[in-house]
Amino acid sequence: MRRVQLPLLVIVAVALGLLPFLRHARNRLLSGQPIDTYIAFGLASPVWTLGLGLGLALLIMPLFRPTTLACWAGLFGVGLALAAAAAIGADAAAHLAAGASPAARTSLGSGAWLFAGMLLLLASDTARRLRFGLAALVPVFGPLALLLALGTLAPLSLLREYAAQHDAFHVALFQHIALVLGALGPALLIGVPLGVMAQRWASVRRVAFPALNLIQTIPSIALFGLLIGPLSWLGTMVPGVSGIGAVPAILALVLYSLLPIVRNTVEGLDGVPRATRIAARAMGMSPAQTFFQVDATLALPVLLSGLRVTAVQAVGLAAVSALIGAGGLGAIIFQGLFANALDLVILGALPVIALAVAADLVFRLLTVWSRAALGGAA
Amino acid sequence: MIALDHVSRRYEGFSALEDVTLTVADGEILVLIGTSGSGKSTLLQLINRLQDPSSGTVRVDGEDIAGIAPEQLRRRMGYVIQGGGLFPHWTVARNIATVPRLLGWDRARIDARVDELLDLLRLDAARLRNAYPHMLSGGQQQRVGVARALAAGPSILLMDEPFGALDPVTRAELQAEIRRIHTETGCTIVFVTHDMDEALGLATRIAVIDRGRLIQLGTPLELLTHPATDQVARFIGTTDRGLKLLAVQRVGDRVRPGETTPGDPVGGDLSLSGALSEMVTRAQDRLPVSDPAGVIHLADLIRPA
Repeated sequence: MRRVQLPLLVIVAVALGLLPFLRHARNRLLSGQPIDTYIAFGLASPVWTLGLGLGLALLIMPLFRPTTLACWAGLFGVGLALAAAAAIGADAAAHLAAGASPAARTSLGSGAWLFAGMLLLLASDTARRLRFGLAALVPVFGPLALLLALGTLAPLSLLREYAAQHDAFHVALFQHIALVLGALGPALLIGVPLGVMAQRWASVRRVAFPALNLIQTIPSIALFGLLIGPLSWLGTMVPGVSGIGAVPAILALVLYSLLPIVRNTVEGLDGVPRATRIAARAMGMSPAQTFFQVDATLALPVLLSGLRVTAVQAVGLAAVSALIGAGGLGAIIFQGLFANALDLVILGALPVIALAVAADLVFRLLTVWSRAALGGAA
Repeated sequence: MIALDHVSRRYEGFSALEDVTLTVADGEILVLIGTSGSGKSTLLQLINRLQDPSSGTVRVDGEDIAGIAPEQLRRRMGYVIQGGGLFPHWTVARNIATVPRLLGWDRARIDARVDELLDLLRLDAARLRNAYPHMLSGGQQQRVGVARALAAGPSILLMDEPFGALDPVTRAELQAEIRRIHTETGCTIVFVTHDMDEALGLATRIAVIDRGRLIQLGTPLELLTHPATDQVARFIGTTDRGLKLLAVQRVGDRVRPGETTPGDPVGGDLSLSGALSEMVTRAQDRLPVSDPAGVIHLADLIRPA
């Protein structure tokens, strides 16, 4: 057993034993009464408890002998345990809802969240041992997705919030994605040429990097705020521009995205061997041929890994941009924060995390693929 | 023919090359030798317009190259760089095909040419054709570098310290390849090095460059027997001078025709140092020679040139 896994298992035990598994409140504004794990289990169907036990039994298998089969069994165990724990919460929530007012809410407590968090850490550790670690998403999230699709988890307050908000939720999700893509496009169009120039001319580098570093140090809320003034003024002359909404949000996201894009463009181009560049010219390639066939191609993996950082950062920052009326998932989070409705906050935050993980994954795969396409050279 | 006429190359406050005039005859191997920073690489790069002269003219086959588009000019010349400078993201075949592709050859012609060059450089086509440069040894990479330079059949081959980063054994192998390829293709080679032994072994003529100036231009034998300055003498080195002299002269020039002696004959193109080595190995003071037929005596070796 690796050293990191034992503490994780201890935390799992503490989470289930000492922390409340559920919280039950008469309405979503109250913080609710804690419900201990054993009481929650008592309220739920014994099938789920059995499933949880089976999942836990499976998930410790790779901790002893990490064969490929044991690893997949362990990952499926994590998935089973997660789904079973959620189902126990849902069962108990349905039980508590019977006879209570329709405004009553049962949400997952700190114990359940900590439990889920530790299990996911274990799963990521196990998945790292596998060649196709990415496929681990299927056994880990498959069972949970199945229960979600079947409606088994509907009584949980998180899903009741979703049911109540799902139109707004989808709008927010698409707004969020649009903000991120809307910022990445212009950031690439500006950042890559700027990076190319900075790599060639020290004078550009001397101006660009301090400026971009400075922007990066401005807290996001402050930058959003700072843009309101000039853009409102601009809005008096140019129709469609205003100090609040999507335009300043995208502008701020572009400004933040420039540093990693420019930096990685420069780094990627710096990595092209001098002899290769001289050879390209000496063979009779034109400057454009040298740039596209040699420089840009060889710099691509480094640029893509910079885009990965940029995309993940933009997903997170776009959440904050809700404060200046840009919409997106941040709007749901802030609505929840201001209303003290924790489940609403989680409803907004979970997809932000999922989007960040997805962006990370997509660009990681693109980076790996581009390196392979270059013959493992870069 | 390549002709440099009063060529200078100056940077701000610094002169890399000062008033150099020299010609390179068709089919010769001209070696440019000098310490690092002497300007020898600058001189080489003036020939394919990787650099342009600050003053003076460079002519190739009588034509001032200042009037030729650099890309067009370079595609007519091979260029080999230290460490190979291969494109790391292209296979060996794609690397070799660089110039033919730029020239727009059709696919079948390129494929045939690549095979021909792999063969010429003694590279195992089956194993290496689709390999990437990082999978190759340093010597193999440099062979691919030479193949790439020769791809479009240039009449001029420019080589910038091509074997500087290789171990002595691999370097000697590649020097032998260059001599063979030179004989087979008859191309003109301008070769930059800082290694006098390499220069003596390859050159038809050697140009010694020091601090941007051409200080001596002559055959290896002329340099060894009549160094123009102390600087050249130091470059040649005071140790092993006699052996170097023997190394640049051929048996065929000193053979005593009409005589015979028993034993396996050596070729007339063997160097005198090779003949000395044979005599010591065989414990004989004379060797039979074929082509031209005759005998060479130990005493013939120490006769002044």
